[in-house]
Amino acid sequence: MSERFFPDTMPSPVADATTLPWWQAAAEHRLLVQKCAACGHTQLPPSPICAECRSADASWQQVSGRGEVYTYTIVHRPIAMGQPLPTVIAVVALEGAGGVRIISNLVGVDADAVRIGLPVELVWEDMSEDLAVPRFRPIA
Amino acid sequence: MKRSRKAHIAGIGETRYARWGKIGDVTEHALALEAITRAVADAGLTIDDVDGLASFADDRNEAIYLAAELGLPALRFGNMVWMPGGGGGCAAVGNAAMAVETGQAEVVVVYRSLCQGQFFRFGSGGLDASAPVAAPPRPTVNQTGSLMMAWMAFAMPYGLIQAAAAYALPTRRHMHLYGTTGEQLGRIAVTFREHASRNPRAVMGQKPMTLADHQASPMIADPHRLFDCCLESDGACAVVVTTEERARDLAVRPIEILASEQGTPKGFAFGPFTNANVADELYATGACEELARRLYAKAGVGPGDVDVAQIYDHFTGCVLMQLEDYGFCKRGEGGPFVDSGALAWPNGSLPTNTHGGSLSEAYIHGLNHVVEGVRALRGDSANPVEGAEVCLVTSAACVPSSAVMLGRK
Repeated sequence: MSERFFPDTMPSPVADATTLPWWQAAAEHRLLVQKCAACGHTQLPPSPICAECRSADASWQQVSGRGEVYTYTIVHRPIAMGQPLPTVIAVVALEGAGGVRIISNLVGVDADAVRIGLPVELVWEDMSEDLAVPRFRPIA
Repeated sequence: MKRSRKAHIAGIGETRYARWGKIGDVTEHALALEAITRAVADAGLTIDDVDGLASFADDRNEAIYLAAELGLPALRFGNMVWMPGGGGGCAAVGNAAMAVETGQAEVVVVYRSLCQGQFFRFGSGGLDASAPVAAPPRPTVNQTGSLMMAWMAFAMPYGLIQAAAAYALPTRRHMHLYGTTGEQLGRIAVTFREHASRNPRAVMGQKPMTLADHQASPMIADPHRLFDCCLESDGACAVVVTTEERARDLAVRPIEILASEQGTPKGFAFGPFTNANVADELYATGACEELARRLYAKAGVGPGDVDVAQIYDHFTGCVLMQLEDYGFCKRGEGGPFVDSGALAWPNGSLPTNTHGGSLSEAYIHGLNHVVEGVRALRGDSANPVEGAEVCLVTSAACVPSSAVMLGRK
């Protein structure tokens, strides 16, 4: 198991047939973006069709997990029992992902050091055998 | 003068407003009935005249049940606008206007009722931070069609559940891009609190706030301090929409719905819970710029013609971004615009939220802003803008939104 940052009480994701492969890849520590096989548009969350060309012919692209902070908030009130505070929630612009951004957390960072443009890298948190959640930390 | 089917607001009604959970002696739908009944009486109509009901935000008090409880002789139009949030309030009014203008109905009541103690606190996102979960977390495949939960799965595991955190994201980026400050956000809250001090309905009417109070209030989700966040309230309100030909003969001065618009740019879904991938130039905005252009064009007025505004204030930063979207200042200049005192009654260039808004009157998902817009043009607001003829009312921004332009002839 990887390092743990959040308690089991953090809300667990609900998946549907379209998004389940994304979560299954996450459990294997592979961060995916959905890539349209017809036009190459990348998107998150995964959707049944491409929001650019409306093709249903989707593929998956694995990304490095490097990126930079696009925006963030620092939460001082808990949403889940035992949640460490403050919690940094960030939108991360992913490198090599065709411009796709992902909502996640920054971990291992002093709240005062968080800023827009901060370079970050992926760190997986295994919540259970079936669930790994991608979070990010500053690149040392 | 020829009388037309042009939609007017002929009546307004409210229940008492209270802090969330404080109305427990009546049910939420009974409260809706009370507001509807008062609005109909204010118009000088009877319940038997009502043939349409409209609400928004996945209102639990659905029209079909309320119609039965009210004993409506016939329900010809029932309407519910998208999503469990405040973006659809003005759209519900707009849909009611479309219904009466096209002859689908004659008298449509738009209503919203909230008893958060009887259901859940909006500010909590529906979760209880003190409640443990029994099973270890794992992704759950839900094939029963919860589209919202499949989208929210890309927000909730990170703790992005509370609105105070979600709407902090575009506001923080606005601060980064344009130098907007926490003090500028605070001035919005302080101004609306001052307006509330003369409004007997305002939940926070007796609680003055200074900028120092704002700056000393606890940080909830940076940059949102407690006083940047709207209230969580119990209460209900309603407005009666009917045609000009019908409204002219009624009890009070009818207020014309000059225009209504609703919509969203590409990719917003449920706003900052889900919109990480909208166009860069749209992220740090209220997502209402295009909607505003359509609204002004249809109403035949411009930003300079707006005498008074009721701007949806779920969070202070969303007010600031809407001021830019609706053209009262340029993109990025919302902070200095607020600093100029523009929003303050009576001397500001754009007296805004003359009831105190959701920050200080009550959080009825912004339908109380429509009620105040009518009061402002009737001339019986607690903070009356002399000679006001045009009032802009907006619904929640940074999400799919809507707005109405109200006018007094």
